[in-house]
Parts: sequence; C-alpha cells; structure tokens
Amino acid sequence: MLNINNLHVELEEEDKKILKGVDLTIKAGTVHAIMGPNGSGKSTLSYVLSGKDGYDVTEGAATLDGLDLLDMEPEERAAAGLFLAFQYPVEIPGVGNMTFLRTAVNAQRKARGEDEMSAADFLKLVRARAKELKIDADMLKRPVNVGFSGGEKKRNEILQMAMLEPKMCILDETDSGLDVDAMKLVAQGVNALRAEGRSFLVITHYQRLLDHIKPDVVHIMADGKIIKSGGPDLALEVENNGYEDILAEVA
Amino acid sequence: MALANPKQSATEARLTALTLPSGGWSEPARQDALLRLQAMGLPQRRDEYWKFTRPDTLLDSQAPTAAVFVNDDGRMFEAYDQINIVFVDGVFDADASDELVLEGVHVERLADIADKDIHWAKDLYGTLESKGQTPVERPFAALNTAFASDGVVIHVTGKPSKPVCLTYIHNSEVSDAILHNVVRVDEGAELTLLENGPAAARFNNVTEIDIADGGTLHFIRAHGRDHERRAVTHMFARLGEKSTFKAFTLTVNGVLTRNECVIELAGNDAFAHVAGACVGDGDFHHDDTVFITHDALNCESRQVFKKVLRNGATGVFQGKILVKAGAQKTDGYQISQALLLDGDSQFLAKPELEIYADDVICSHGSTTGAIDEEALYYLRSRGVPKSAATDLLTLAFLIEAVEEIDDKVIADTIVSRLESWLARR
Ligand SMILES: Nc1ncnc2c1ncn2[C@@H]1O[C@H](COP(=O)(O)OP(=O)(O)O)[C@@H](O)[C@H]1O
Ligand SMILES: [Mg+2]
Repeated sequence: MLNINNLHVELEEEDKKILKGVDLTIKAGTVHAIMGPNGSGKSTLSYVLSGKDGYDVTEGAATLDGLDLLDMEPEERAAAGLFLAFQYPVEIPGVGNMTFLRTAVNAQRKARGEDEMSAADFLKLVRARAKELKIDADMLKRPVNVGFSGGEKKRNEILQMAMLEPKMCILDETDSGLDVDAMKLVAQGVNALRAEGRSFLVITHYQRLLDHIKPDVVHIMADGKIIKSGGPDLALEVENNGYEDILAEVA
Repeated sequence: MALANPKQSATEARLTALTLPSGGWSEPARQDALLRLQAMGLPQRRDEYWKFTRPDTLLDSQAPTAAVFVNDDGRMFEAYDQINIVFVDGVFDADASDELVLEGVHVERLADIADKDIHWAKDLYGTLESKGQTPVERPFAALNTAFASDGVVIHVTGKPSKPVCLTYIHNSEVSDAILHNVVRVDEGAELTLLENGPAAARFNNVTEIDIADGGTLHFIRAHGRDHERRAVTHMFARLGEKSTFKAFTLTVNGVLTRNECVIELAGNDAFAHVAGACVGDGDFHHDDTVFITHDALNCESRQVFKKVLRNGATGVFQGKILVKAGAQKTDGYQISQALLLDGDSQFLAKPELEIYADDVICSHGSTTGAIDEEALYYLRSRGVPKSAATDLLTLAFLIEAVEEIDDKVIADTIVSRLESWLARR
C-alpha cells in the first residue's frame, strides 16, 4: 500500500534537515504506529506525504499503490486514497462543515470519474456517521472547526475520514487533548473503518490509544529516522521505560 | 484679473453642461443646493476626503464613454414578486415598469410631481443631504440635489406585501444620469427597497431616507456587472426611535464606484446596519465612505464591508463612527476587510472613531490579506482542487457581509452572483 524509501526532507525556508532517511512499508489492511519524542519529525512525515508546501524532498521516494505521491497535488493524493487526520485541525470561518464535507466527497468522486453523491444519500450517510461519533446537528452546521473544542475537532477529523473512506489513513496525534471517553469514541470510529483494503498509520505519544487501536507494527522515530520497529510490545516498552533506553541502545 | 481657483473653475466647467430645473415645490431646494455647491466646489485630488479616489472623471462636463455591457446573468431580483420601476440611462421606461400601485406604499416619480407647488417630499428633498454636508462636504450630493432629472419618491405608510425595486439599465455609451430618490417610512411601517443595475455610463445617485419611530427599511442594492461605468452614490438616512435601517450593497466590477453612506441615529434604541460586498477585477476602483453619527441613547450601528480584489483592482474604505456627547450606551461596530487574490491589488482603509460619550462600546478593525494558506491546504488535503478551494474560501470571506441581509432568498441570490463572478476567473 504505502512505500516510503530513504526519504530525506529539508525545510524550504531555512537550511534545516528534518527527515534523514525514513524507510517504511505498510501493507494493505495493516495498522502501523509511530511513536517518538517531540520534534522527531512525525508530523513532518505526515505533511510531506499529504503534500503540504514548505518542504523540500532532497532524496528518496514515497508511493501509494505504486503511484508517486510526491509528484502529485494534495487533492490528487486525497483522491488516490490518502487521508491525514491533522494534529491541529484548521478552522475555516464562513465554510459550513456540511458544505465542506459534501464538497470534499464529491470532488474526490469526480476526480476518480465517479458520479456525485446525491444530496439525499449524502445527508443520510453523514447523519449516520456523525451519530456514531456523537457529533450533533449543530456541529455539522457550524463553520469547519470554528469554536470546536479540542475533542470536537478530533472527532470531526474522524468524521471526514469516515465520509471519504480513504485507503491509507494517517492519524497524527489524534489522541492528544482527548479525555478517556473521547479517545474511546475516536478509537471506535477508527476500528469501524478497519478493513482488508485499508491501512492505518497512527502517530501517537502514548500507548493509551494503542490499547484501543491495536497495531500490527510499532515504529520508534527519533531525529528524522525510524530507529526501531517491532510488535505491539514495543509500545509497552516505551510506556514503561520511556525513549531513553531505546535511544541508548541504538546509539 | 486674479487667477481662478482650480476648484471653482472645475465646478464651473462641470456646471456648463447642466441646467437647473425651475418651478414647482423643489425649486428652493435646488437653488439652495446649487449655492452650496458653488460655495464648496467640486472635489479635487488634494482634498483629504478624496485622498484615495481620484475625482477627475466625475468632474468632466461629459461622462467618459463606457461601453454597454451585455449581462447574460439576467436581471437581479427578477425572480421576486415586486413593483419594478425601470430607468434606462436615467430616463424612466414606462413600458418596462410596473404600475406604481401597492397597498401600504405610495410611489411617485420625481419628474411627474415636479410641477406641483406642494408635496410632502418638500420636507425631505435636499434636507438630509444638506444636513449630511457637515462636518464633511459631499459636493456630488449637492450637485445631485440641484440637478437631478428624475428619481422616485416613496412614502411607506404600512407594510407592503412585496418589495419596490428600482432597475437602472445602462444602454448608452455616453449617458450621464442624475437621479434623486426620497424615502419616507412612517411610524411602524416597513419596506424592502431593491436597487439593481449599472444605470448609465456615469451615474450620480442620491437617496434620502427618513425613518420614523419604529419604522424599518431594508435597502439592498446590486450595482451589477458592467466594466466601464462610473458611479458616485450617496445615501443619507435619519433614524427615529426604535427604528431599523439595514443596507447592503453588492458591487461586481465597474471602473469607478464611490458609495457614500451618511447615517444619523436621531432617536433612542435605533439600529443601523450597513454592509457591502464588492468583487473587482483589473481596472476597478471601489470606495465605500461611511459616516455614522450617534446622537441618541442606546443605539446600535454596524458596518461590515468586504472586498475581494484581483488583477490590480483597488479597494477603499473610509468609515467613521461619531458618538456625540450624551449618546450613552452606544454600541458601534465597524469592520472592513480586503482579500487580495494577487500581489497587484491594493486596499486603502481609514477607519475612525470619534467619541464624546463615556458609556459606549465601539470597536473597529480593518484587515488586508491573501487567501489563508493553511485553510487552502486543509481543503486540498480533503480532495478539493485548488481553484475550488480558493473559491470556497473567497465566498467564506464575503459571507459575513452577505449575512447582514435578513431575507434568505435575497441573500442566496447575492451569493449565486458572487459564485458566478468567481467562476468567470
Ligand atoms: N515549518 C517549520 N518551520 C520550522 N521548523 C519546523 C517546521 N516544521 C517542522 N519543524 C521542525 O522540525 C522538527 C520536527 O517537527 P515535527 O515534524 O513537528 O515533529 P513531531 O511531530 O515528531 O513532534 C522540529 O524540530 C520542528 O521544530
Ligand atoms: Mg507532531
């Protein structure tokens, strides 16, 4: 599904290397987790994959089902099935959440040469999905993320994911700022989407989320590289001992 | 002989092309306006109030030619049940107009009533305009009062079941129209007044509005698509106790527009909301100049002006809130914002507050910015193509002004016009 090969990334504005050779292969239907200290480059990886401006890829490649992601516009990557749940979802005053969702769903369908979803089908689907995430009608009507609490923003990200049905979902610290109940809700939302043809890359600081979304593979990222990979136990090790031991072990 | 002062000579040059209508109830007001105009003179480039907008083409004795633009969008507000009054290049078109009969409102044409010796409009014609000349002079409004060839006088006595619409068609490359409207809203009466169309190659329009206690006027203007036309418009409104005035103006293109709005909150607990959305492309200069005076207790005023500018267009906003001594509990709000779609366009803003009462809440803000890159990326990351995402954000920017319109159907019509402007990029 997702293949990242020796990815090197620098900031465009300043001479700063952030990713220093990331290798990662995610097979269809699997859940991978990336953990790592603050500033290790996890969000940068997710931004570069989804096509945010401001980064220079100096070496390496990233493909989604064989398509060269780095050569595509952000909207093309989305239509190809890539989705990033943002660590900090963006507020968009003046654009209703519902309008936003419908525009996105139909834009992706159009890009893939599919028919637009009818207004009635869309409404039905969005209501059902919103209900599962305890997102009320008012949140759907309000401008995108404006005045949403931290937890509401994260649930709104998962709603978008549920509506867009991407095949490669990247979740960047979707658990941060959530209380236990909200985290369970988000995890349920993610688990409901787990499917054979769909993969997840879950970026998190805490083992907590991984109790609810069980990963197949856990990676530790530090200083722009994946320094260790393993099974779910690796997350527990981090939880118990912090990153120091692993960092020391690799150094 | 001393050299003529340039202001006076410009004024005299402009006046050579005009003849003062005589006779009837309006003659004293017209003569008074001419004297005032001659005393103040037409604006020059150096005038502080015209610092951001060149008055030159408004001063020429002949209107600069303006190609007639064929608008394929159809007439704005066409879909509503309404009384429609049509002026073509400033000349009344009886065939195209509806009969001026509607329960709750009397509508007459200025030209029709000109010969009468007595008319209720005498109390208002030129009165609010003349009062609105202090503390800042508005010479084109005085010129209008003196020389207006026609217009409508509207007396709202009840709550008419449909809006009155003024449709201004531009059909001649050299037309120079001067129309003057007077609106009187009686106690507790309510009207929606619509206005649409580019009017003429050059248009000078004044609307004087007097709203009695508890009255309401919704005034929605759409100065439609027409690239080369020029317009200078004034609205002067006086608000009585617990009255409401809500004005919205849409401007889509036009080479030069100066819209002045002068409002006096004269009775307690009155509301005045003025808003504008303008979108301009290339050779486009749009100026909103607003002056709101709070002269009573517990009044609210709101100004919301949004401009989207691209390909070297210029936007201007001069807005002032004056709170007189004793106008306690005033709530004044003013926001003017420009969205520049490229680096060639510019926005010049001069927001002002002048407050002589101590128990008031007044705020103002003005911003100039480009499309929010973060928001653009967020939308694109969800699959919305760049151009569609830019349009969505542009409309989102304008929507705060459009939301000032109470009537949902009218607001939707405005939005659809804005959408088609964006689509024509
Ligand atoms: N646009 C940027 N400008 C400046 N520094 C940046 C930018 N993006 C990332 N960085 C820096 O790159 C490093 C990695 O950041 P990030 O990818 O956010 O890490 P993580 O998500 O693992 O906490 C940090 O040192 C951060 O400060
Ligand atoms: Mg991060």
